[in-house]
Amino acid sequence: MISMIEFTDITAWIHSLLLSVMTPTWTYIVELALSGVTALVVLLVCVIIMVYMERKVAGFMQLRWGPNRVGPYGIFQVIADVIKLLLKESFSPNRADKVMFNIAPALALCVSLMALAPISWAPGLTMWDTNIGILFITAISSMGVIGILMAGWSSNNKYSLIGAMRSGAQIVSYELSAGLSIVTAVALAGTLSTNGIIQSQADGWWILKGQIPAIIAFLIYVIASTAECNRAPFDLAEAESELTAGYHTEYAGMQFGIFYLNEYINMAIVSIIASTLFLGGWMPFHLPFDYPVVHVFNHIMDFIPTWMWFFGKMFLIIFFMMWFRWTFPRLRIDQLLKLEWKYLLPISIVNLLFAAVIIVLHWHL
Amino acid sequence: MKSLFNYIKEVVYAFVSLAKGLLLTLRYFVTIRKVNITEEYPNNRTTTISVKERFYGEVVLPHDENNEHKCTACTLCQIACPNNSIQIISKQIETEDGKKKRVLDKWVYHLDSCTFCYQCIDACPQDAIEMKNSFELSVYDRTKLIYQLNRPGSKLKEKPTVKEQQS
Repeated sequence: MISMIEFTDITAWIHSLLLSVMTPTWTYIVELALSGVTALVVLLVCVIIMVYMERKVAGFMQLRWGPNRVGPYGIFQVIADVIKLLLKESFSPNRADKVMFNIAPALALCVSLMALAPISWAPGLTMWDTNIGILFITAISSMGVIGILMAGWSSNNKYSLIGAMRSGAQIVSYELSAGLSIVTAVALAGTLSTNGIIQSQADGWWILKGQIPAIIAFLIYVIASTAECNRAPFDLAEAESELTAGYHTEYAGMQFGIFYLNEYINMAIVSIIASTLFLGGWMPFHLPFDYPVVHVFNHIMDFIPTWMWFFGKMFLIIFFMMWFRWTFPRLRIDQLLKLEWKYLLPISIVNLLFAAVIIVLHWHL
Repeated sequence: MKSLFNYIKEVVYAFVSLAKGLLLTLRYFVTIRKVNITEEYPNNRTTTISVKERFYGEVVLPHDENNEHKCTACTLCQIACPNNSIQIISKQIETEDGKKKRVLDKWVYHLDSCTFCYQCIDACPQDAIEMKNSFELSVYDRTKLIYQLNRPGSKLKEKPTVKEQQS
């Protein structure tokens, strides 16, 4: 039997090491800082991979090569871009509201990083293992628009303002159907804690066990979360052809870089949530049937490490979002609101009722 | 009831048409290496790059193996040029039989102001100049774009006389 090092062993080792050199209070503080920095570093590495992946996927879908000049297969392109952004001046316009203008990117980033707290990264590896994790995430993710609105308002630019207002309208609308599809998954799992939801999928992911309502809820969640991240085909907040760059028109240098980073971090968080709710987070692929063959299959799946499942599912959903971006044209603002209020919202309400019936009658596997 | 049916039909059709688009881009995504419509320019400049013969790159004055060209310094190309990119500098020489003759001294080509309109080549009665399909013409200094097309020591190619042509 291969003895595998689990993440819980590492955290327990760090905990005992810190306790042996300092008081419990200081241990707590140092552990908080360490976990935050670790999550941030992991996420930044993911963002670098995502930016490279985005450009390669875009290239391949348009029959181009994508970046291939800087380093082998262009893998250092993102690093070169980051260095460029760091070296550029962070310019704020004369007529802008300077304080708000400079706070806005940091606020937007803080808000999206706060949603990381209740995420379950691996068995026993959660920064804040609370029983209302999903509720907290939905509450935080709708606050992200405040940073965008601040940026749009303080820029003192009509394009920025229109972009920010569109973003506000969009997030207010799409929060509803995203929330209702989250509620569907929560109702199936019977808990709001991320760890509890993942544990409830130990014998099969909800997208398999939850029958049709789970599939519809997953589709609606992916559509609504793409809209919440302000990504194409819902990138009305920064529609290049109409609004130059929308709410970050006036930003340059690393302030723009933070908005860019924020977009990708939001994407990562949204896909982590989608994989937690419907695809079982770090849980390996298990089939919910009671046959010997299925047991063998489930056991083989356990050999793939949990971090591989976690990041595999995350990048799968990110690939879906990139696929949408490079396939569909941008919606008009009236089409966007029509899609939400006339289609996604009624469908998700009916779907929630349908899911409730299935749960009450125990039709789910 | 009919409106509900239409609503559901609309949603299903929307998903079908979106799936069509997604499948198309997925096919592009997986077949990139087979199609390869991108020229990887600086890497293939010595191998697979192809530029059409008819591409108007730069004006050249072809010389044959005896270092002879066909330009008689008639300055028709210079007159035809719409933006004075051509400067024909001629000189008077004396032939063996004592006749004075005007021959080409310098065929100066200002590539920096040339618009590649082909009018000089149309105007040339001797077919002395041609367009070449070369395109890597950029230099770091504008003054380097002024070329002298006739090679040093080159002379006019003597036309075969009528008798020689018949024989």
